[in-house]
Amino acid sequence: MNLQEFVVNFANQFDDTELEVFAPETSFRELEEWSSLTGLAVLNMIAKKYEVKITPAELKSVETIEALYNLVASKK
Amino acid sequence: MNNPFTLSGKTILVTGASAGIGRGIAIACAGMGAQVILTARNTERLQDTLAMLEGKGHTCIVADLTKEIERTALVEQLPMLDGVVQCAGVGSRVPCKMLTQDDLDHVMKPNAEAPMLLQAQLLNEKKIKKQASLVYIASAAATMPSSGNAVYSASKAAMIAYAKCLAQELAPRQIRVNCISPTMVWTDLALVGATIEQLQEAQQLYPLKRYGQPEDIANLAIYLLSDASVWMTGSNIEITGGTQTL
Repeated sequence: MNLQEFVVNFANQFDDTELEVFAPETSFRELEEWSSLTGLAVLNMIAKKYEVKITPAELKSVETIEALYNLVASKK
Repeated sequence: MNNPFTLSGKTILVTGASAGIGRGIAIACAGMGAQVILTARNTERLQDTLAMLEGKGHTCIVADLTKEIERTALVEQLPMLDGVVQCAGVGSRVPCKMLTQDDLDHVMKPNAEAPMLLQAQLLNEKKIKKQASLVYIASAAATMPSSGNAVYSASKAAMIAYAKCLAQELAPRQIRVNCISPTMVWTDLALVGATIEQLQEAQQLYPLKRYGQPEDIANLAIYLLSDASVWMTGSNIEITGGTQTL
């Protein structure tokens, strides 16, 4: 697993937010485009690309993309 | 006078464009000023449709949408789209007690799985513009039962339910999703279960005394693709010639 690649995969779940906006320290819930549907897309991306199951509650417990990455890594 | 139904400046993908309702819709879209991209499996019939289109700049891309590799190749070649009409589909007449896995695959793959998977790829590859209009040709068979039509009816009911969910997901981007559910229309698909003579007799039972023509359906598609319908999404419009049964 690679953090840089995870940030890109995370960013790809958004339609309108520019890729440059996304960094490991981004508080993703503060992005204008963030919604429950984006959250669902992120969970599906993690399940399909990383074969790790993250629950909505676990997603809710993290603030930044890096924190989510660490959570996924801890479950690999 | 401003025409609310114009498709001028819009790029529209039509699947199943080599025959029937798909061909009718492609012709009508071009007539309303759209740039049309046609797709279907049959090269020759696709070229025939292309030759019928008014205006310039239309293209066709041959693809079997039930095959992932061909869907991917199609999506890669597409520009950004203002509209998509998914018309590709097959008919089937099998009594429920005779159903096999092959019968299910024959209908469900082109009628339900392929359109959903193509739509996913179009969205993932960001080919759908904001404020685009997505139209699915479903069927009144979804709610009007007839013997032997169970799998076809189920495949179309699946698309109507799918489209309603998709409409919810895409509404934040002002992308609209609607279905058209016709009763019998004069196409090759109508001939799957009956002869021309039987159909000619049966159409007299419709209150408007005939089955639909592809252009009857195409005019409704024009409405849904145009800015005239900007406040319509998640709807399934029945177009029936007045009949309450198939």
